[in-house]
Amino acid sequence: MASYGLNMLNSTVNWVTQALDAPSARAVVFGVHIGGHYFVEGLLLVVILFLLSQKSYKPPKRPLTKKEIDELCDDWVPEPLIPSITKEMEYQPPVLESAAGPHVIINGKEVVNFATANYLGLVGHEKVQESCTAALEKYGVGSCGPRGFYGTIDVHLDCESRISKFLGTPDSILYSYGLSTMFSAIPCFAKKGDVIVVDEGVHWGIQNGLHLSRSTIVYFKHNDMKSLHDTLEKITADNKRVKKLRRYIVVESVYQNSGQIAPLDEIIKLKEKYRFRVFLDESNSFGVLGQSGRGLTEYCGVPVEKIDIVTAAMGHALATEGGFCTGSSRVVDHQRLSSSGYVFSASLPPYLASAAITAIDMIEENPGLIVKLKKNISLLLKGLSGIQGLTVTSSPESPIVFLKLEQSTGSIKGDMELLEEIAERALKEDSVFVVTSKRSVLDKCRLPVGIRLFVSAGHTEADLTKACECLKRVSGLVLKHRD
Amino acid sequence: MIAIPYLTALSTYFSYGLLFAFGQLRDFFRKIVDWWRASTLDGYAPICLGLEDFYIRRLYLRIQDCFGRPISSAPDAWFDVVERYSNDNNKTLKRTTKTSKCLNLGSYNYLGFAAADEYCTPRAIESLKKFAASTCSTRVDGGTTMLHTDLEECVARFVGKPAAVVFGMGYVTNSAILPILMGKGGLIISDSLNHNSIVNGARGSGATIRVFQHNTPSHLETVLREQIAEGQPRTHRPWKKIMVIVEGIYSMEGELCKLPEIVSICKKYKAYVYLDEAHSIGAVGKSGRGVCELLGVDTADVDVMMGTFTKSFGSCGGYIAGSKELVQYLKYTCPAHLYGTAISPPGAQQIISSIKVILGEDGSNRGAQKLARIRENSNFFRSELQKMGFEVLGDNDSPVMPIMLYNPAKIPAFSRECLRQKVAVVTVAFPATPLLLARARICISAAHTKEDLVKALEVCLSVCLGLPVIFLLKSPFFIHMFCF
Repeated sequence: MASYGLNMLNSTVNWVTQALDAPSARAVVFGVHIGGHYFVEGLLLVVILFLLSQKSYKPPKRPLTKKEIDELCDDWVPEPLIPSITKEMEYQPPVLESAAGPHVIINGKEVVNFATANYLGLVGHEKVQESCTAALEKYGVGSCGPRGFYGTIDVHLDCESRISKFLGTPDSILYSYGLSTMFSAIPCFAKKGDVIVVDEGVHWGIQNGLHLSRSTIVYFKHNDMKSLHDTLEKITADNKRVKKLRRYIVVESVYQNSGQIAPLDEIIKLKEKYRFRVFLDESNSFGVLGQSGRGLTEYCGVPVEKIDIVTAAMGHALATEGGFCTGSSRVVDHQRLSSSGYVFSASLPPYLASAAITAIDMIEENPGLIVKLKKNISLLLKGLSGIQGLTVTSSPESPIVFLKLEQSTGSIKGDMELLEEIAERALKEDSVFVVTSKRSVLDKCRLPVGIRLFVSAGHTEADLTKACECLKRVSGLVLKHRD
Repeated sequence: MIAIPYLTALSTYFSYGLLFAFGQLRDFFRKIVDWWRASTLDGYAPICLGLEDFYIRRLYLRIQDCFGRPISSAPDAWFDVVERYSNDNNKTLKRTTKTSKCLNLGSYNYLGFAAADEYCTPRAIESLKKFAASTCSTRVDGGTTMLHTDLEECVARFVGKPAAVVFGMGYVTNSAILPILMGKGGLIISDSLNHNSIVNGARGSGATIRVFQHNTPSHLETVLREQIAEGQPRTHRPWKKIMVIVEGIYSMEGELCKLPEIVSICKKYKAYVYLDEAHSIGAVGKSGRGVCELLGVDTADVDVMMGTFTKSFGSCGGYIAGSKELVQYLKYTCPAHLYGTAISPPGAQQIISSIKVILGEDGSNRGAQKLARIRENSNFFRSELQKMGFEVLGDNDSPVMPIMLYNPAKIPAFSRECLRQKVAVVTVAFPATPLLLARARICISAAHTKEDLVKALEVCLSVCLGLPVIFLLKSPFFIHMFCF
């Protein structure tokens, strides 16, 4: 259309120039005679204005009619809510008929229990039971409210100050569930844009917290200090403006997924060099490592002030439930209003808080429990050396003894089948209760699966020998025909 | 929906503006002081960025004594509130050994199971002796005891579904279940006033989230039609599955969910329904079975029913009830089941005993009495408050009643004055509610007697009239004034 107009214009111009070559329209520009130019310019202006006023071509918008939407809604078929149930989903764990102490009754038989994290043997201890009974009679069972709205009972405040006193930190905050401690604490301090460097073997609670914080997550190889060093170097070298961001390193003291102990002194050296803050999860080392049970900081000789945030679940050595987080006052006070698992959830039942206080009192008064636990661990490791088909991958002082297959089948599913068979036969034939590591579909950890034994200070030497012999026998049977 | 009067909105904005301005002034002086002093940060970025905790430092700390009040007895109808004092203008609060006995209008104690109960407590202590305070293990390892299997059967029977699974904490239940049921490519449509645990769980799942107007089934239908027609954002592929999440009773509004309409819409458009009965299970319904019983909805129409035990049952923990296949799948995949400690045995026993009392299986009719009493108490209290001219939210039969305060200065005034007259109330402000809509929230319990409620009403009225603050009351002969 535009070119047609231009053609018209040209012919008109020529005609007009020829026709109206009047003297008034002549002009001299730089010594060149130009004729009829006012008329031409006027025409050009009219044409430009005409073209500008044309709308550009857009395809017309046609929103869906009601009938079309109805059709689409009728046609749409959702997926079923859950996939179909396969055979391995029908697994039922063994049902306990008594308290989960070092010996437990399953199906009427007494069984040696290596499946509960009762490291100091305080489950069912009479002092703990007494304090719980007194609390139940005074406060009832539940606390009936979040901490901000009359759910703060004086035992909670006592428990928090007892934990701070024991660890030597200014303040601590109590959560009502161990798993929610980490995934509420991390999003409090890390938001979008911050950088977090984390071990690849951390448990699901930490992974969920990292995901909820929406920060940049960088994984380093499991318990490998060189990999951590390289990662930190890479992050600080690449990014000059990283100085303004908050930077964290998240590690566990004793990893649930492998039983390894993190080398805290090296981590602290790296942290100070690159100016990162450290989040330490001491669930499995509180009450276990160190001379007096104060955890990894005592074991490695690091003053606890150097760790910025320490969290722990109390469902392990302290034989109660819930979790706590401790650190400087600023860290703890910030969580009291910003941590979602603390603000929007009911507080810990008071009898569990009083059980925690009694348990800490007992750890302080009886350091012999920790010594016995250490002895038991070393006896068990000695007994398990030379076991056929399985290797011990946990650290020598870790209360979780982790056995993985020497030769993996190649898939996690295949490994799990073999390990579960070993655990089942151990329970049925020899009355030794061990467990395999479990992975959820949401878990990102890719460490090998294995059999876990939770050693307790309440186990006797006879129990440990029985376990070693049973495992040697059963693993020999199950794994023999693989070679 | 709450329609805030123009004058009140203006005065509330002005009050907040003033507080904000003073806060900024103090921050400015703080910056100058810090500039003189050397920084202790030494190369690290500050752990809390400037404006993140502005609200906490400059607004919340002024009225910190209204929140987090410690108690030293069971949270029954009357309890002992510990007195606190502060030497540094409310920055830190120190406990004293003095306590004062107050009427409890704040705890979630709907059926009165909070304190030691004649049927429940002896059984809880027995189970403590038998199974100890904690199993120290996850459910799939060594944490499943006979109590846990009994509890799950009991809960499934009570709620009216084929099977149930119980977790140690209600918050974790929502956060860990939603990522399992929904993933990328799914759509979650949730009510605009849903609880933080649902929001967290939905974010953690990776599905697309859309919000519909609070309790408006017509808007839900519009959103559903639009979303099914458009498909996934950018690729326009059809959605894998759609889930609509609603709550039974909304804890900040006291309203009941319009469940029959929502369920019929979801059935029409083939979306799944997730019902969070944290506040309604055990508290409403003829036999305490929750919103479904109250509104006449068949439990088979709701795909996933979730609830917590902290409110009506006086214990701890949460549950999910659904079909047998759903529960089996969750037990195999849910992280809270695989990695979280099992619910504590005395807590589990408390739930079983309280369910037995509610259903009348303990041989008495205390359960029926409690249910009747909470209904009477709620309706009586609400109607009296409305007669006095307060603006009370919520539906009839709901034991949660928020009283609107709006202005930020009324929050501490109401709270402190009521405490002085021995009535403990809960006041809620930003960020749990929208900025302008601060309120005092009252939770009625079956343990409250008529005299308790009458006293509470007297105190509320005297607090309003006695202070130099006059509330905005709907009645024509009360004048509205600003307050600072």
